[in-house]
Amino acid sequence: MVSLKELAKKKQRLAPGHRTCAGCAAPIIVRTVLKATDKPVVVANATGCLEVTTTIYPYSSWKVPYIHNAFENAAATLSGVETAYRVLRRKGIVKKDIKFVAFGGDGGTYDIGLQSLSGALERGHNMVYVCYDNEAYMNTGVQRSGATPYCASTTTAPCGKVLQGKEQFKKDFTKIVAAHHIPYVAQASVHNWNDLFNKAKKAFEADGPAFINVLSPCPLGWKFDPAKSIEMAKLAADTRFWPLYEIENDVYKLNYKPAKIIPIVEFLKSQGRFKHLFKPENKHLIEEIQNHIDKTWDELLRLCLEK
Amino acid sequence: MAKARFKEVPFTGAEAAAEAMRQINPDVVPVYPITPQTPIAQKFAQFVADGIVDSEMIRVESEHSAMSAAVGASAAGARAMTATSSAGLALMWEILGVASGSRFPIVMNVVNRALSAPINIHCDHADSMGTRDHSWIQIYCENAQEAYDNCILALKIAESVDLPVMIMQDGFITSHSVQNVRIYEDKAVKKFIGKRKLDKWLLNIDDPVTFGPLQLQDYNFETKYQQEIAMDDAKKAYLKIGKELSSLTGNRYPYIEEYRLKDADAVIIAMSSTAGTTKAVIDMMRKQGIKVGLVKPVLFRPFPYKEIGKALANAKYVAVLDRSFSFGANSPVYGEIMNSLYPLARKPGLQSYVFGIGGRDITEKDIENVFHDMLAGKITDKKKYISLRES
Repeated sequence: MVSLKELAKKKQRLAPGHRTCAGCAAPIIVRTVLKATDKPVVVANATGCLEVTTTIYPYSSWKVPYIHNAFENAAATLSGVETAYRVLRRKGIVKKDIKFVAFGGDGGTYDIGLQSLSGALERGHNMVYVCYDNEAYMNTGVQRSGATPYCASTTTAPCGKVLQGKEQFKKDFTKIVAAHHIPYVAQASVHNWNDLFNKAKKAFEADGPAFINVLSPCPLGWKFDPAKSIEMAKLAADTRFWPLYEIENDVYKLNYKPAKIIPIVEFLKSQGRFKHLFKPENKHLIEEIQNHIDKTWDELLRLCLEK
Repeated sequence: MAKARFKEVPFTGAEAAAEAMRQINPDVVPVYPITPQTPIAQKFAQFVADGIVDSEMIRVESEHSAMSAAVGASAAGARAMTATSSAGLALMWEILGVASGSRFPIVMNVVNRALSAPINIHCDHADSMGTRDHSWIQIYCENAQEAYDNCILALKIAESVDLPVMIMQDGFITSHSVQNVRIYEDKAVKKFIGKRKLDKWLLNIDDPVTFGPLQLQDYNFETKYQQEIAMDDAKKAYLKIGKELSSLTGNRYPYIEEYRLKDADAVIIAMSSTAGTTKAVIDMMRKQGIKVGLVKPVLFRPFPYKEIGKALANAKYVAVLDRSFSFGANSPVYGEIMNSLYPLARKPGLQSYVFGIGGRDITEKDIENVFHDMLAGKITDKKKYISLRES
């Protein structure tokens, strides 16, 4: 286990002065992940919030080699980089031991980038893929994605007189990745830096592809006070909306079991995107969400042999 | 450079392209199967399986990922090559612009095939013509020999101007037909190719570079302008590097091939394999004393306007044979030829023909008819279609 003091002393690989919104969790996730290896690292990034806020020409926040290609292909791009590395290393042109990591938002990962990621995982490239999941297309103005939770209001699936926001439950993406049977898969959250750091460390050390899905609260899209991003992330874990677990060589392990389970209503009422659920006629929707969480948590406990 | 030794081998166009790739020995080859490109990927895969090349193949899950991985590999400092056709090229479209805009010298063999719909696996040029404004250098090959030579030429041009190159050959007609191809000795080809010179590259940990930044109103125009300048440079590099290769192979690498053009009254403009058929018709008609000739554009991007204008200065009639549409507009080659003629004081009669769509055969008789129609003064401002049922 690393101490906060040690972590703070490690070199920053993402410089401050980038242009993410106040309260954005993405840069915290990136800095924590990049501190989890002391080896040289090359970053690939899907189009999205992180990319547009850190690479505005002629400036760059990246102190490590970085490549952005397009929206849906961070994994394919990095697979090309990683393959080139193996060839150039063999030929003696590259001499250092380098680690490779891709960052993509939920749009670039759950949706448009799924095929590219699946292909790269199946091929077994030695690389880490980190999804910072802020649960919608935030960069383009809070549009619905496959990661948007049930009933959340977004600009393309807004609540209205007839509809109550998104009509489907969030895609269980971590399990989709797990189905590739890669060495390491994890779900983490920005508030638990120690857990995230350890998972990133394991991911970098894995022999083959590794994937970490990190919840990244977004003040703009979720509609909450930018000072409360970390609180939001903790609430997501304590309500079991976003369980923290890992899958090492196909073995599931639960990393956090809330001592006191908080009902989902506390998470929902803290964010403007769920405001409409608190009309009396929508009470059943909150119950539906709670039931869904109870069910998926039960499934997870069984997978983790906790039940 | 002294002439290289060679052996003559019966190869299909696809095999010839794969053979050039073997000699180039690229670091990374991400590729996805599609007819009629597949024999290139298959033959190269066998080279990898047999340990004949040092290359790593990435068997990607789509052409989009093939081009994406090529971009990653090229940024990393590797030599990246791939191949595709038709829908595969269409799927790559977005990333073709990333490759050229980022100035990565990727080389790709394109085996021309019609685009859907209706789905069709045979040759026309809709696929590569659809990418003609994407800042890729485009070279069209008549036969297997050119497919081989131009692949070698392409790599060196790409790396000299930092632009990607695609080399076209006609699907099935060239890619699957066997011809004798002169394969130059490995040592000479490898010496000609040399090593990729790296300036800024992703895997240079000591000099971290941000590739693919966001570039807004304040810089984007300049970057795009530099691509245009690079295209001008590519035109010069093409001739210069072509001369170097020529000293090795004895073949010539002009922008356009002129065939029995000098005193020709009627001239056909045709690219790729159709130029070969046209040459046979010209030989036959010349025996009858009919003055006909051919201009075969080889380099299509950057386009040699001046050189074509000069070549056509004495022609009475010119017919342009396009193997693709630009729906609602002049066909791609015709439009460029018209542009080339504009500066001429005395302009020849100009006729547009569309042929060979979806692999429709074009015969010697068809081409002979085009010449006879021209010489009879049958020149219109409308498109004519060869071997089409119009009703």
